[in-house]
Amino acid sequence: MMRVFVDGIGLIAPGLSGWAASAPILAGKTDYVAAPLSIPVLEILPPAERRRTPTVVKLAIAAGCEALANANQPAAQTASVFTSSGGDGDVIHQICDTLTQPDREVSPTRFHNSVHNAPAGYWGIATGAREPSTSLCAFDASFAAGLIEAATQVCVDGRKVLLVAYDAPYPEPINGVRRISAGVGIALLLSPQRSAQSLSEIEISLVPNNTPITKLAQPDLENFRATVPAARALPLLASIAKNERAQIITEYLGDHALQSDIKPCK
Amino acid sequence: MQSLIIRSYTTANCAGIGRDALYHALRDRRSGLAHCAFETVELDTYVGQVPDEALAALRDDLVDFECRNNRLAQLGLRQDGFEHAVARLRERHGAARVGVFIGTSTAGILQTELAYRRRDPTSGALPPDFRYEHTHNTFSPARFVQRYLGLSGPAVAVSSACSSSAKVFGNAQRMIAAGLCDAAVVGGVDSLCLTTLYGFNSLQLVSKKPCRPFDAERDGISIGEAAGFALLEKSEVPIGNDQLALLGVGESCDAYHMSTPHPEGLGARMAMQGALTQAGLNTTDIDYINLHGTATRSNDATEGLAVNMIFGNGVAASSTKGWTGHTLGAAGIIEAIISFIAIEENFMPGSMHTQAIDPAVEIQYLKDNKQAKVLRVLSNSFGFGGTNCSLVVGRAQ
Repeated sequence: MMRVFVDGIGLIAPGLSGWAASAPILAGKTDYVAAPLSIPVLEILPPAERRRTPTVVKLAIAAGCEALANANQPAAQTASVFTSSGGDGDVIHQICDTLTQPDREVSPTRFHNSVHNAPAGYWGIATGAREPSTSLCAFDASFAAGLIEAATQVCVDGRKVLLVAYDAPYPEPINGVRRISAGVGIALLLSPQRSAQSLSEIEISLVPNNTPITKLAQPDLENFRATVPAARALPLLASIAKNERAQIITEYLGDHALQSDIKPCK
Repeated sequence: MQSLIIRSYTTANCAGIGRDALYHALRDRRSGLAHCAFETVELDTYVGQVPDEALAALRDDLVDFECRNNRLAQLGLRQDGFEHAVARLRERHGAARVGVFIGTSTAGILQTELAYRRRDPTSGALPPDFRYEHTHNTFSPARFVQRYLGLSGPAVAVSSACSSSAKVFGNAQRMIAAGLCDAAVVGGVDSLCLTTLYGFNSLQLVSKKPCRPFDAERDGISIGEAAGFALLEKSEVPIGNDQLALLGVGESCDAYHMSTPHPEGLGARMAMQGALTQAGLNTTDIDYINLHGTATRSNDATEGLAVNMIFGNGVAASSTKGWTGHTLGAAGIIEAIISFIAIEENFMPGSMHTQAIDPAVEIQYLKDNKQAKVLRVLSNSFGFGGTNCSLVVGRAQ
């Protein structure tokens, strides 16, 4: 069992623009209204970088910035864990398409953007954070894998860790073999100690995978959870939004599911 | 952080399939690099390719995972008695208590590149036999290794470009320290594909000759492919001096540029210092440094500067990419394995293909092989996005 405190949350998804606006929707106090994905302008990136930054990178950075701002935590002193079920589909599509052309002239910028850790790289450039950062993938279990890695860093290294989970739809033809229904970015600033900023305490443990996965009652939100791996975080966020004690089961791997026992701090 | 025992390790790369083959290639100075004849690639460059005929079809129950990357992983897993060593720990701790942490940058993207050539002419759809999840997806090699070895504990793929399979040692440390695992398979698998060959070429980072790390005339990398794995276990008693151990891991970010290292090697220094601090060692405790040493102008210059600022020119150092090429997401594990060999054989490999050492680099760079006592090695891995990882491995006491 690992205990962490959630000190700040960032959330961007279609119809969910920021934690403050989304918490009442997740708590069931306000109706969900469908809207296109809207990513705030990233003042943190130099204008030249902003222009060439891919969507998934913007999504990840925007969510991360929001979580840190809400926790009043400086980015430069924060370790980070980025997790995505597959990374940047647009850039992979463009490269694979270029490689079928006779001249195979791959764009150099596109190539360096194709690495799975592109969001972590841009995050460092934007924030000046030189603390350890890792970039993970566990397909549909990517959120749980990211939460476990972030929690081990919090508990073993005794430091604050920013967890960022993000996914975006693939273009065709990859969309035909791997459907992700929406762009979603979720960030949690996790801390080893309770503080005035702490929203919730979470005890994280692995449980047998025959435990039923926690779903969401609201159909649009449940659709995000089921069809966007990063949105597997939404039931956990909904319990924090409701400020209630809860036990959340999240999809993981092999013999295990992930259990989060949540207790409000406020 | 508690040191972990390295119970077994194995590799398959262009310089050697299996640990002894790699050691003999290092000792006898036989590079695995050859002029590129990979697939349909028409580039004037050298690559470190594992022969196609060595890459056997996947085990019957794992055919969904069919791709070059997983074949290479399987080739690695079948060397050096590694499967049997894993089976012993699986019996000792249970399949659910052994983690799998695999670094990769390419995974099986070659499979997608090939599938794009076979898109339906009318609909543009990918062919029905294409398996995205089992081949191209970044998690594919980790899931493949987990299934191949019959394990069911925590698993993840780390994909931070060329530091990926060094960073997995840190994942294993933390998972074991947090009590989620008792042992872990760590490793890396990266295979040749058109994305990396044409991509690095577009950045003008690929040499037309076999790469020459730290040479005054160095002009770029040679891309290689490799699989490598190590089996780590926690120890209830102090680790004996007859054992290899993971002593320290240091991780950092440059926060500078996507594809160019920090000019003063700031992130690199933080990673090296972090690994020494975690190991509780001084610079004088290190006998040999296996450098990242990709043979690009800027990488070697900044790494040389960073090493000089921490170690001066007091510690023998070399890059082994002249043998293996730059195996990207597998570079960390391959060079950790070369570090294990250096310790077991009291052997320091001198840089292949390096003619005249860059006079601007003030470190003790080895051009020739050297036989000397090696107790502890520091190994560097740095990658795109400014991601850095250093490992300290060796004798615990």
